[in-house]
Amino acid sequence: METPKIGVYVCHCGSNIAGTVDVQQVVEFAKKLDSVVVAREYKFMCSDPGQNMIKEDIKNLKLNRVVVASCSPLLHEPTFRHAVQEAGLNPYLFEMANIREQCSWTTEDHEKATEKAKALVSAAVKRVRYHQPLETKDVPVNPATLIVGGGIAGIQAALEIADAGHKVYLVEKDPSIGGHMIQFDKTFPTLDCSACILTPKMTSAGSHPNIELMTYSEVEDVSGFIGNFKVRVRKKARFVDEEKCNGCGVCMEKCPWKAPSEFDLGLGERKAIYTPFPQAVPNIPVIDKEHCVYFLRGRCRACEKFCERGAIDFEQQDKIVELEVGNIIIATGYDPFDPTPIVKYGYNRYPNVYTALEFERLCNAAGPTGGKIVLRDGSEPKSVAIIHCVGSRDENYHRYCSRVCCMYALKYSHLIKEKTEADVYQMYIDMRCFGKGYEEFYERLSKEGVKFIRGKVAEVTDRALTDEEKGKLIVCGEDTLLGTVIRVPVDMVILCIALEPRSDAKQVAQLFRISQGADGFFIERHPKLDPVATMTDGIFIAGCCQGPKDIPDTVAQASAAATRVLSLISKGKVELEATVAVIDEEKCSGCRVCNILCPYNAITFIEDKEVSRVNEALCKGCGTCVAACPSAAITHKHFTTEEIMAEIEGVLV
Amino acid sequence: MSFEPKIVGFCCNWCSYRGADLAGTARMKCSPNVRIIRVMCSGRVEPTFILKAFELGADGVLVLGCHPGDCHYVEGNYKAARRMPLLKKMLAQMGIEEDRVRLDWVSASEGDRFVAIVDEMTEKVRALGPFKNNFKEAKYG
Repeated sequence: METPKIGVYVCHCGSNIAGTVDVQQVVEFAKKLDSVVVAREYKFMCSDPGQNMIKEDIKNLKLNRVVVASCSPLLHEPTFRHAVQEAGLNPYLFEMANIREQCSWTTEDHEKATEKAKALVSAAVKRVRYHQPLETKDVPVNPATLIVGGGIAGIQAALEIADAGHKVYLVEKDPSIGGHMIQFDKTFPTLDCSACILTPKMTSAGSHPNIELMTYSEVEDVSGFIGNFKVRVRKKARFVDEEKCNGCGVCMEKCPWKAPSEFDLGLGERKAIYTPFPQAVPNIPVIDKEHCVYFLRGRCRACEKFCERGAIDFEQQDKIVELEVGNIIIATGYDPFDPTPIVKYGYNRYPNVYTALEFERLCNAAGPTGGKIVLRDGSEPKSVAIIHCVGSRDENYHRYCSRVCCMYALKYSHLIKEKTEADVYQMYIDMRCFGKGYEEFYERLSKEGVKFIRGKVAEVTDRALTDEEKGKLIVCGEDTLLGTVIRVPVDMVILCIALEPRSDAKQVAQLFRISQGADGFFIERHPKLDPVATMTDGIFIAGCCQGPKDIPDTVAQASAAATRVLSLISKGKVELEATVAVIDEEKCSGCRVCNILCPYNAITFIEDKEVSRVNEALCKGCGTCVAACPSAAITHKHFTTEEIMAEIEGVLV
Repeated sequence: MSFEPKIVGFCCNWCSYRGADLAGTARMKCSPNVRIIRVMCSGRVEPTFILKAFELGADGVLVLGCHPGDCHYVEGNYKAARRMPLLKKMLAQMGIEEDRVRLDWVSASEGDRFVAIVDEMTEKVRALGPFKNNFKEAKYG
């Protein structure tokens, strides 16, 4: 080993460090440490003059190791690694002592803080002696992208990437793309028709030469790493040949069997062979085995008889498709909260209590009532109560705010006023109208004669106390602004249900090796500075799978995810972390303990040599195998046993 | 002056080290006795690291990883946890009090939890007093 010549640089960070730690004392201490050639201090080491100080010393004093004592390495390690590299040193011959976040900021006593800073500097100096120059490796990025989920987020991201000239596989579990947005009637605050703004995008996605739409399909397995993922997708049998079908719809017309429509949330019916809605993309029906009388009783085949193109195929099987992609965007959206467990609100007990999504279908001109807002008996409601925060901001269900409910509730009051003569009551806790044009929308609605009642609703009941209440649903609660208990008799109740994580979010998280927060939504890499990446490189998230959000935010996040993917594609390669594990085959006893422990299957057993070997491209550098190897045959680069032992010795000065 | 224990803390890069940073960023105060060594995963912490720390004069060792189920490396924290019972048994045989070693979980958003664990650990070790290193004097056979 060459003789170590170490330079130590202690940062004041203005007064952030120097206000608590006696920087001068730390410098004097560092000067006396073994192999330290120079120790200096500076106001801001990360600034240009600070970095130049280090670079000059590397050149003039022939330093071959550098220690900077300043903030957290998570903040400025890349900065200083870059600086030493510019001066001709390998970036891994650098070490950082965290004397700000983990010392000056958490310690009140100046003397103790200085002692701790000394210990941390001593650890870094002892460790850096053992550092070895390491090389990062480049691997090419496959320019194809997988997008999971065909809602507005998935469609937006797919179009952005496809328009830039790259291949996209858009996988959707339902028979059509469109997601929740295509179920909505109008969008707040502009009252644009949801279908009118979304269907053109759906059509573009369906016909784009760079987008391969895989509807009625689900991802079953993901392996590989950034730039080089392998994905297995199951295309469920539609029993309709996609190549032959021209979407004429005669099969649906002739099919004699009906089932409740999932798209209309059971408020309407569809046939056993169906597309979820007339504007479906692709416009290719599927046969629902559960309701098709041929599958149930072995007779019928009406659709087959009438299909001129012979597209019906009762023998069709699920198909497994293997894809190779460089990046993945997850846009799996949300589930609407089921309010049945909140028994006091009467959902599923009183027929005229609707969820918000059901009301969207009721209000929609393409919906089961043709857009007429009517009660179950077909009559028009004379009064409607809209109950906010059902399942949101509620300790028993979800603590978070679902962010969109206040605004769609306002939209509903406008639509109800427009289409009926009904009185509208908004039963809210707080009105949260935070977006562009939202507050103005609220102001406008306040003037349309909507009645706002502040307070959490206690109960919806049909037990009338007065003649006026007879035959009505009575919404009971407290008006917290007036401080009185209220009973509001209405004909219809709409529950503003929470947006919650998909019921299969846990499986999806495990499949793609991403994390979920306490609320169940997928976690972004950084809550502020990196809201679209995940902790797994090459996997991005967009839309409501990351947390409840409205359409503009979803579109913005989807575009951001697409841009991140595009920048990786245009760079063409990714750098693999150099801090991987390597096995010394001389020492390896071939016990295979490491093979089982590796969460990435990065270690394979070489049969003829009877030793294990690490695939550096798959190794993520956790070091679990290193700790477990009974022969101490595995080295964790940059976290070697020697380096960590030296650091232990260092902190215990 | 009261006894100031020296405690070596191993923190994983993804959760607990970030939790420790967050405590600082939020300007929470905690006892300065725990000196942190960053590892990529709590699964990297070898039992020998802990023994070495005691040999070199530590009064306690704290190992912090991601919460179960949240490991950046899928399950490294479980591997760390599985090594603990055997190590604790060994420590007991060597006469090292159980409270001198602690394995716990701190997420990147739990600066307050980090502070609570560090303070609690420091007080426990302080109460135990300095660790007496009898390793060298031990006779075998």
